[in-house]
Amino acid sequence: MTRRWRDLGLAGLGLIVLLLVPMLGAPPAIRDFIMFAMAYGLLAMSLNLLIGYTGLVSFGHAMFFASGAYAFGLAMQSGKFSIPAAFALAIAFTAVLALVIGAICVRLNEIYFAFLTLAFQMLIYNVILGWVSFTGGDQGLMGGIPRPKFLGIDLADRTQLYVFCSVLFVVCIAIMRQIVTSPFGYTLRLIRDNQERAAFLGIDVARAKLVCFVISACMASVGGILLALFVSGAYPNFGFWTTSGEAIFMILLGGSTVFLGPIVGTVILRILTDVTIAYTSHTELVLGIVILILVLGLRKGPLDVIAERLENRRQAKAQKVRDAADDASGKKP
Amino acid sequence: MLKLEGVSKSFGGVAATRDVSLAFADGSFSAVIGPNGAGKTTLFNLITGRFAPDAGRILLAGVDIAGLDRREIVRRGIGRAFQVASLFPTLTVEEALAAAVQAHQRRETVKLQSFPLAAAVSRAGEIMEMLKLTRVAGILSRNLSHGDQKLLDIGLALALDPKVLLLDEPTAGMGPEERWQMIETVQALWRAVHMTLIFIEHDMDIVFKVAQTVRVLSYGTVLAEGTPDEIRRDPSVIEAYLGKSAAA
Repeated sequence: MTRRWRDLGLAGLGLIVLLLVPMLGAPPAIRDFIMFAMAYGLLAMSLNLLIGYTGLVSFGHAMFFASGAYAFGLAMQSGKFSIPAAFALAIAFTAVLALVIGAICVRLNEIYFAFLTLAFQMLIYNVILGWVSFTGGDQGLMGGIPRPKFLGIDLADRTQLYVFCSVLFVVCIAIMRQIVTSPFGYTLRLIRDNQERAAFLGIDVARAKLVCFVISACMASVGGILLALFVSGAYPNFGFWTTSGEAIFMILLGGSTVFLGPIVGTVILRILTDVTIAYTSHTELVLGIVILILVLGLRKGPLDVIAERLENRRQAKAQKVRDAADDASGKKP
Repeated sequence: MLKLEGVSKSFGGVAATRDVSLAFADGSFSAVIGPNGAGKTTLFNLITGRFAPDAGRILLAGVDIAGLDRREIVRRGIGRAFQVASLFPTLTVEEALAAAVQAHQRRETVKLQSFPLAAAVSRAGEIMEMLKLTRVAGILSRNLSHGDQKLLDIGLALALDPKVLLLDEPTAGMGPEERWQMIETVQALWRAVHMTLIFIEHDMDIVFKVAQTVRVLSYGTVLAEGTPDEIRRDPSVIEAYLGKSAAA
């Protein structure tokens, strides 16, 4: 109970900090940076529900990022929907898509699961590219996304858009936090650690994986919608495999065992990219070196290292408790 | 009552279990013994639904459970612990047990509660108390000593409130003194909880001392069954398994 109030307090604090940024007169470049980071942050955070908490490494997560962006953009361009309705429609569409793809993928393990998600992603990507009359093909959704006012909110205004995105972002993070700290979140950890044994505890492993897959896809689609609103369009590369790869890279850069690790990774990646692009044309070279350092040097994300230190300290304490109890009962250590 | 009738299973032409018929009375404490490769673990795998038998019936309280999904068999009250403890390395003892209790109570859904639920914590506490694991409640499963890992493995099965508990070599890999501690804990557990307990064991001193009844498997068939005294004197068992020295 106390933990939940603490988490809610932190979420509120995070929102206040995000909202203070434009109020304190930060330059538009900073605001844009944060909006990008929120959209991609949701992609990485949602992917970590699968990778970090369930042990399912998906290489195709960006397909749901794209499906959110395209479904939202197309709904708005049709002129038949308000923004909240298009929002709900895009998430519902993604949920159904994820349900179908997930039902096929979650029966496979490890590399087979990874490659099947990659294959579905290529399928979706090629549909987007090929269906020119509907999706605009490689040009993306042309003509911009209309942003009619709703409930007195005008998303054509940059500040209002920023506030809207910040609120949605924090709400999604809070939902994901609740999921990973709930009994279901621990069911996912049981599956990650030892799915054979989880099945012997009576857990329906495939169903739990599928539920997680769909939730995670919906969260990614919100990220896609935010990005579509922000850039006023949707582009095929939202659903290209390199976008999925970037999301995995963000998780690596931050840490998969810490809840907010992927967000930290997103910020680091965006800073790295922006800085290197400003000074050199060798962005990939710099990113490659960073990956090498992480993989060969740390073998985990920077936040994972800190989390591990803290865990070791807790474990040392717990082992002292045990040794004291064993001494008292005369049992050999 | 757990009853096997003519159960057979082959793997690629090798018969691991051949026409096995056995009955375990409710609340009994039985040992299954036999040389390596006799089909003891296969028997457990068949009962718990890891494999479906090729032929025969497995009756739990009169209902045939042979070939059912292992989850369904768990729900009907058969729990097991493994020869090599099968744990959740990154969870602490208390977390793992509470998660297992919640899985059993089907509280896997995201409600507004946070893990662990109070009811699961108190049940996990009872289990830790029974198995003397309270002292290691906060230790990650992967950091436990070998003996505590075996106990936690049993604890995870207990979280399911099984009617029948199958223990695959609870004393495997332990020194003599530790073995006796382990088997005493298991015996105390069986006395405290009304259930049918079946264990596989290699140490004959332990088997003859604690088991009510003994089943001897050899080459996938039942060689003998009876009380420890009967088994000790059975000529076929002596010849096939215990060796000439035991007869002397």
